[in-house]
Amino acid sequence: MKLQIDKKYIAIYATIAVAVLLYVAVGIIYPNFFGLRVFVNFFRDNAFLGIIAVGMTLVILSGGIDLSVGSMIAFVSVMSAYLIENSGMNPFLVFAISLACGALIGFSMGCLIHFFNAPPFIVTLAGMFFCRGMANVISLESIPINNPLFKGIMKFGIVLPNNIKIPTTVIIYLVVFVVFLFIMHFTKFGRDVYAVGGSAQSALLMGLRIGRTKVLIYTLSGLLSSLAGIAYILNTPAGYGLAGIGTELDAIACVVIGGTLLTGGVGYLAGTFIGVLIQAIIKTYLTFSSLSTWWTKIAIGVLIMIFILLQRFFSQVTRLSKAGGEVIFKKLGPVGRT
Amino acid sequence: MHFLGTLIWPLLALAIILVFNAFFTPIMFQMEIKDGHLYGSLIDILNRAAPVMLMAIGMTLVIATRGIDISVGSVSAVSGSFTTVLLVLDHMPLAYAIIIGLGVCALLGLWNGFMVANIGVQPIVTTLIMWVLARGIASLFAQGQTIIFENPRYEFIANGFLFGLPFPITIVLALFLIAQLLTRRTALGLFIESVGCNPIASRYSGVNVRMIKQGVYVFTGFCAGIAGLINTANIKVADVTRSGDGLELDAILAVVIGGTSLDGGKFSITGTIIGAIVMQTLTTTILTNGIPVQVTRVIKALVVVFIILIQSEAFRVKVRGLFWRREHEAANR
Repeated sequence: MKLQIDKKYIAIYATIAVAVLLYVAVGIIYPNFFGLRVFVNFFRDNAFLGIIAVGMTLVILSGGIDLSVGSMIAFVSVMSAYLIENSGMNPFLVFAISLACGALIGFSMGCLIHFFNAPPFIVTLAGMFFCRGMANVISLESIPINNPLFKGIMKFGIVLPNNIKIPTTVIIYLVVFVVFLFIMHFTKFGRDVYAVGGSAQSALLMGLRIGRTKVLIYTLSGLLSSLAGIAYILNTPAGYGLAGIGTELDAIACVVIGGTLLTGGVGYLAGTFIGVLIQAIIKTYLTFSSLSTWWTKIAIGVLIMIFILLQRFFSQVTRLSKAGGEVIFKKLGPVGRT
Repeated sequence: MHFLGTLIWPLLALAIILVFNAFFTPIMFQMEIKDGHLYGSLIDILNRAAPVMLMAIGMTLVIATRGIDISVGSVSAVSGSFTTVLLVLDHMPLAYAIIIGLGVCALLGLWNGFMVANIGVQPIVTTLIMWVLARGIASLFAQGQTIIFENPRYEFIANGFLFGLPFPITIVLALFLIAQLLTRRTALGLFIESVGCNPIASRYSGVNVRMIKQGVYVFTGFCAGIAGLINTANIKVADVTRSGDGLELDAILAVVIGGTSLDGGKFSITGTIIGAIVMQTLTTTILTNGIPVQVTRVIKALVVVFIILIQSEAFRVKVRGLFWRREHEAANR
């Protein structure tokens, strides 16, 4: 019997190997690390990041980028906290309003990108400043949430043996992940996303509705970021205008580490799931060793750089082996743009 | 006349804001000479715009090569952190501290350029990494502290006067002249534009594409470094978490308002300077009219959207179509 490895999945296997190596390495330094409680905490502390990363995977697969996700967390958290505490609204109604706002902002950005042919990064950069600005306009101070119903939702969870609880946020994350796994692999929309990212021109010639797909992708990303905002306040029950700074890079890192190419069209949602797990392991390690939080940022920055370099290396090797003619392009150097 | 053609829009925007101020806050136009120094709201606007102008001069060249650098705000925190720590805690001479601070910023720029030109990573991703990384480096070097200092010579960078003008304005003028001379009196400007238009064709015609790209990122890092020194010297505090935060959007805005296209291939440093003045006048106008500071970010975001729309061919065609149809209908009636 010879072990067959599908070339398609090689990036995911590499990511899984890195995750397992990191997990075991940290586990050897800190034996407590192997417990189920720590494992559940990986998901509890990073549920909001995971939810965002799912949306970011779609955006990057389609060849775009969304920089507004981190500010969306701040916007949604402050708005929800304000509506629940200062206006005394029902939390569930507030959640619905938040999701609608997120989807609307995502939809607007998608429209700007598609109909006016604007570069995604500048549109979403504007979205980033808009959301952060709106968060500050609503409140400059942190607003703690003390609503009893909200606290009830926070405390809800599935209790495992040993008194370990799987909280609401983790359930939301896992449900989102499974739903999008289904969408990406078994629906027409999922294949459209890959087609648009692979080559928008060919997709257009094939008769795909590119516009609808693109706008829907950014709408979904906006919707998921606002859901992440809700998950964020369910974890730390306060709305704050400085929440989620730098989350956009974390989410992009999860996607890239998960083997999705930044140029679009190649990658899997499952890889992103592992990418989130790797970040969770690094963050937990840094908490265990009580190093400065800036090290987390630096570690993630360096890790994402290493993965990008590896991707370039592998894609150039395969290109070279495919055709000799490609050598010219390799010598010319990459000419890609955002 | 052709020269004015590209600058007419930013100048018009500036004129509109100034006319608005002439009616609502005429105090803005008062100017006086005290002890041989020029004082007044307008000079203040130029002075406050200096850091953004510096970043935007570099950013103009980066955008002209079809790149983008969103790390300028964080990189500016690095020079502030390094120079202050070396000067205050290590008692290094000011000149050396400044040279090291700016050198580190140029190095970070070189890293950006290397990733973009040699590895081929998208500029937005490379500089997004640097956006986080640079602030991390600045924070680690200052060991997370906010350093307060008193040093008249260091403060001169932000608060001094040279030839009757505030020193930051002098720095901007000098850098502007250097950049303008290098890009308009030598072939360098043409090379930068050609790289932005078509890198492959540029390479075939003998332009060293990689070096041009690396060069513009290094220059931007250097400019951001000077901006960081001005910001730090101005408030006499090296605040690594807040210094330069959010300035990247201002710089990009200044460039885009100035008529440099985000698609690369053509640029105007003069336009960028006017763009930066427009941004700062807008901010000052917002503040002097008693609108809360928090709102400025939202307004700036809306200004970006507006500019994106104006720059978009599809939008212009649609708007033109709207007016054409109306004229048509009017004629038929």
